[in-house]
Amino acid sequence: MTATDTHRAIEAVFRIEQAKLIGGLMRMVRDVGTAEELAQDALVAALEQWPNSGIPDNPGAWLMTAAKHKAIDRFRRDKLAECKEGELGYALEVEQETAQPDLDAALDDQVGDDLLRLIFIACHPVLSPEAQAALTLRLLGGLTTAEIARAFLLPEATIQQRIVRAKRTLGEKRVPFEAPRGAELEERLVSVLSVIYLIFNEGYAATAGDDWMRPQLCEEALRLGRILAELARDVPEVHGLVALMEIQMSRFAARAGPSGEPVLLLDQNRSRWDQLLIRRGLAALARAETLSAASGRNPHPYVLQAAIAACHARARVAEETDWARIVGLYGSLGEIAPSPVVELNRAVALAMLFGPEAGLNLVDALAGQPELATYHLLPSVRGELLRQLGRLDEARAEFERAAALTQNERERKLLLDRAESCASSSP
Amino acid sequence: MRFMSMVKFSETQLAPPPKAFLEAMDGLIKESAEAGCVMVEAGGLFPTANGARVRLSGGKVTVMDGPFTEAKEVVGGYAIFDVRSKDAMIECTTRFMELHRKHLPGWEGEAEIRQVAGPGEKMCDQAREMHAAEI
Repeated sequence: MTATDTHRAIEAVFRIEQAKLIGGLMRMVRDVGTAEELAQDALVAALEQWPNSGIPDNPGAWLMTAAKHKAIDRFRRDKLAECKEGELGYALEVEQETAQPDLDAALDDQVGDDLLRLIFIACHPVLSPEAQAALTLRLLGGLTTAEIARAFLLPEATIQQRIVRAKRTLGEKRVPFEAPRGAELEERLVSVLSVIYLIFNEGYAATAGDDWMRPQLCEEALRLGRILAELARDVPEVHGLVALMEIQMSRFAARAGPSGEPVLLLDQNRSRWDQLLIRRGLAALARAETLSAASGRNPHPYVLQAAIAACHARARVAEETDWARIVGLYGSLGEIAPSPVVELNRAVALAMLFGPEAGLNLVDALAGQPELATYHLLPSVRGELLRQLGRLDEARAEFERAAALTQNERERKLLLDRAESCASSSP
Repeated sequence: MRFMSMVKFSETQLAPPPKAFLEAMDGLIKESAEAGCVMVEAGGLFPTANGARVRLSGGKVTVMDGPFTEAKEVVGGYAIFDVRSKDAMIECTTRFMELHRKHLPGWEGEAEIRQVAGPGEKMCDQAREMHAAEI
């Protein structure tokens, strides 16, 4: 191995171990910033020693021991400088823990718990959703500030500041390093799941930029979801979100044409859908539905959204789509999470099931909704239904309105092309 | 990105693995997933005696039934992992090999790691597919 290869190997090991390391250190130092610095110290030690000694058999344990030694050095230094009561307590705890010979065995059992606590702390409600997303990618995903900045199309300084502030807020508010229980667990889990889905959508919706970091956001979100599904095995909405992301991700390659133009779901080449992800998505959905039914409560919106995505995934060709089931699922979704966007979706499904007239009635009823006033998909859907009904002049006006509302250049072009085709084929 | 690991070893080593090995394997799979190296698919293969080779050569298709005795090592199992990088895949595979060393003394073999060029691998982030447009 060359020196560069060794460095890359060490960095790969570190990335794998980082979240566990920070989680384990958090139990001792109770401060995210300090835990992260100690983990970095351990990486520096590895980069100094492993090129000569080789990568140890149990690199995770090596890094943890190195980080603990750094922690002890730090506490001793702090004790001399300024003897704080609380920290002295932690320092003693660290020394005791380090002295225990079977600490590693004890640690292994706690790794899962530590990771879960770390996810909960990164997604704590005292932080803004943007800060939660950045901190989660940093601590759990192990992404660098530069990578996060690139993915969110923001200057690195902004992300840096966001993360520094988030860590400071967690310290100031004395957010405890613990996994919530009972009713609070559910509430906090909602916030964790919405952070993961926010990260996913940021990559999936790709409103701007052609950067390779954006699909990476989807991958990171999926990875975090899968980790969470391992840690919280009995929570239906966790599996629901994982199912939703697996199935949406399965269409990633089919969503764009050769020159990057968006391809709508029903026009996609389904042979380009990733069957492995679909299979995993359907399995996760089955699990979510079983758990949901056992809990006796309404299915969570993620579970319903995944069920809708699954209807498409199961259809080998667009014509095989089970529209009746989709209409029903949108109906249920609208009951537990009412939103005009859900209604718009239901209108399209109704049109597919009963014809454009049925869809148009619902779309027209939505037209006055202030939330949809600037939503380009409302005129876009209305235009398509009018076109199918042969009302081409009206359709054309709707497509033009939609084109004026969209933020996406390629989509605008697509909409203007459709407006044009209505004009040229009108009598 | 996705990598396939094809595990090759001599068919003479096909003893049923001890329980401790299988348990340790389950533990490692879970641990790897928590560390972001997710096994998305895996399978063991029955002996080559159960298989066959279908070959096109010189314009002719021939079928040869197993076992493939001339090969020293044959693919005996595979796993597909979703990982961040090739380096992560190498590290992850190394850990699986360490597990073999620990639990199956004398076992020898090789895992060939290859990136999968599936539909999800060549990804294009230029399209925008809003949720409403999905239905």
